Amino acid sequence: MDVLVCIKRVPLSGGKFTITEDGLDIESAKLGFTISPHEEVAVEEAVRIAEKEGGSVTVLTLGPPDAEEQIREQMAIGADRGILIETDGQEWDPQGTASAIADAINADETDFDLIIMGNESADASGYQVGIRVAHKLGRPIATGVKGITIADGKATFERPVKTGRELYEMPLPAVVTVLDGLNIPRYPSVPGRIRAKKKPIERLNPERPQPKLEKTRLEVPAMKAKQAQVLGNGPDAAPAVVEIFKQIGVI
Amino acid sequence: MVLVLVDHENGEIDEASLQTVTYGRELATAAGEPLEALVVGDAGVAGELGAHGVATVHVAVHDAFTSFAPVAAARAASEVASRTGASVVLAAGSPRGNEVMAHLGALTDLPVAADCVTVTPGSPTQVVRARWGGSLIEEANLHGSPALVTLVPHTVAAEPGGSGAGEVAKFTPELADADLLVVAKQAEAADESSGVSLADAKVVVSGGRGVGSAEGFAPLEELAELLGGTIGCSRVVTGNGWRPHTEQVGQTGTKIAPDLYIACGISGATQHIAGCRNSKTMIVINTDPEAAIMGYADYAIIGDVGKVLPAIIEETRKAKAG
Ligand SMILES: Cc1cc2nc3c(=O)[nH]c(=O)nc-3n(C[C@H](O)[C@H](O)[C@H](O)COP(=O)(O)OP(=O)(O)OC[C@H]3O[C@@H](n4cnc5c(N)ncnc54)[C@H](O)[C@@H]3O)c2cc1C
Ligand SMILES: Nc1ncnc2c1ncn2[C@@H]1O[C@H](COP(=O)(O)O)[C@@H](O)[C@H]1O
Repeated sequence: MDVLVCIKRVPLSGGKFTITEDGLDIESAKLGFTISPHEEVAVEEAVRIAEKEGGSVTVLTLGPPDAEEQIREQMAIGADRGILIETDGQEWDPQGTASAIADAINADETDFDLIIMGNESADASGYQVGIRVAHKLGRPIATGVKGITIADGKATFERPVKTGRELYEMPLPAVVTVLDGLNIPRYPSVPGRIRAKKKPIERLNPERPQPKLEKTRLEVPAMKAKQAQVLGNGPDAAPAVVEIFKQIGVI
Repeated sequence: MVLVLVDHENGEIDEASLQTVTYGRELATAAGEPLEALVVGDAGVAGELGAHGVATVHVAVHDAFTSFAPVAAARAASEVASRTGASVVLAAGSPRGNEVMAHLGALTDLPVAADCVTVTPGSPTQVVRARWGGSLIEEANLHGSPALVTLVPHTVAAEPGGSGAGEVAKFTPELADADLLVVAKQAEAADESSGVSLADAKVVVSGGRGVGSAEGFAPLEELAELLGGTIGCSRVVTGNGWRPHTEQVGQTGTKIAPDLYIACGISGATQHIAGCRNSKTMIVINTDPEAAIMGYADYAIIGDVGKVLPAIIEETRKAKAG
């Protein structure tokens, strides 16, 4: 089984977001970067499949050259190779992203049996890149998945719904988008990190198409400005807490 | 014409879809255009839509539609949208609504704006949409027609209104074999957990890294029980395997709006707040008076959760007994 996982580099905001002066980006000069939990579990699942079935795990991202950091992180937990579709740092819209990813997959020498994406990206949350890639490749896709079983060239995907669970069965090759909670991702080991430094990354440089979903401004939503009233320090605050319980009627 | 894709389950229209119909009616009225809807499979629910201002309900009939079949549903939507010349196609920003809309975008090669809170049709259509699970708002131009948009649930309340004929127009969409590869099979229902579900709980006692271990959750469980509530947690907790993911609150967990949220040893990362910002009252217990969560909470106790919680439990027992 050769598995491809798509991940996206995003800033890790901490307690609040600050917007750049032009209103188009998150101020990220002082921030670290990460990927979505949906994508972390995607890589973990791919590594587990390759450990069980044999085969390889490739991690692909479309992002700035610095997104190499996110690929190396995932190599440290077991991905074998990387594909970095380099941008100048500007965001690509979902259609542009999906086209570039599909082109890269078509051009690659590996025929991926399974492509795993996040159900939605951490930042843009467009809920569509996976589905668009699947259509471009002419492969079936299940979304919002929290359980994957591979057997006899077929995949069974399990999706939680309000009424319980749904199952989707489809032939491989297929595409799937997954949710946080699919598994518990492992932490990278020190030898894993050392091995990751030597693994190959292929770089591609397609041109950014004109966005059809064109971001014009970002804004932090207005919230009731709050500052917690301190009821006290340590266990002595307990009676004051119980007063609040009474006031709001929970006891 | 404004077309709304209406989802249903067990003979009932999904609430978020009805809200979307209400929003669609406002758009149609403002533009002086008719409001139409697409129902896939169950013609029985079509009758109700006239009272919500829908002029024509297109009902896609096909053997495939006994279960949820997202690609086939999108194919039917694409057929209706092109036949009727729809200028806007709306669906609920639910898992299914977003999925079918993305398939429609892929089939028609049109852009899709998911999770919108405002739609202003035009060329381009202007939208305001949620990013980062609602922690950021994006204004964007959506180029192309029809405008394909999903709406964040509860953007408006579902209200009957307008004077729709609710005329039912059945049709059989032309489906390719590939459209029928993705069809849901119902699995046996998940084990009914005996307690209150996280999504509906009035009181949630939630723990983060500061709780320290799986065992550290014992006093949280005790307090939750005393208050008739349930347990929540942060992603650090599920990542460490201390609690199951079904209890995670946040952007990639569950979004909740309890009467009372008690956050123990949780720092208040935006991705956690995305899941609990609508709590009516928030109390936090944290050793750090500067933690970001202080900016979202109503009340705070500065201290070690392992020492503060037992005292609160004891006082609560006394208050309930007295
Ligand atoms: C795209 C994305 C999605 C995410 N989705 C989610 C999500 O759904 N839910 C979620 O929770 N996170 C999510 N995260 C992770 C999030 O960014 C934070 O890493 C996480 O919420 C931090 O968890 P925490 O508050 O428990 O831990 P920390 O940030 O480490 O905070 C621990 C807190 O405990 C306090 N503390 C320590 N010891 C004690 C003590 N003895 N008594 C009292 N207080 C103490 C500390 O002062 C600190 O404030 C997501 C991240 C990304 C990038
Ligand atoms: N720039 C990107 N690079 C690699 N994968 C991406 C990128 N953007 C989106 N994806 C993948 O598509 C999924 C859904 O993204 P979205 O449609 O933006 O919500 C993400 O979780 C990723 O797996």
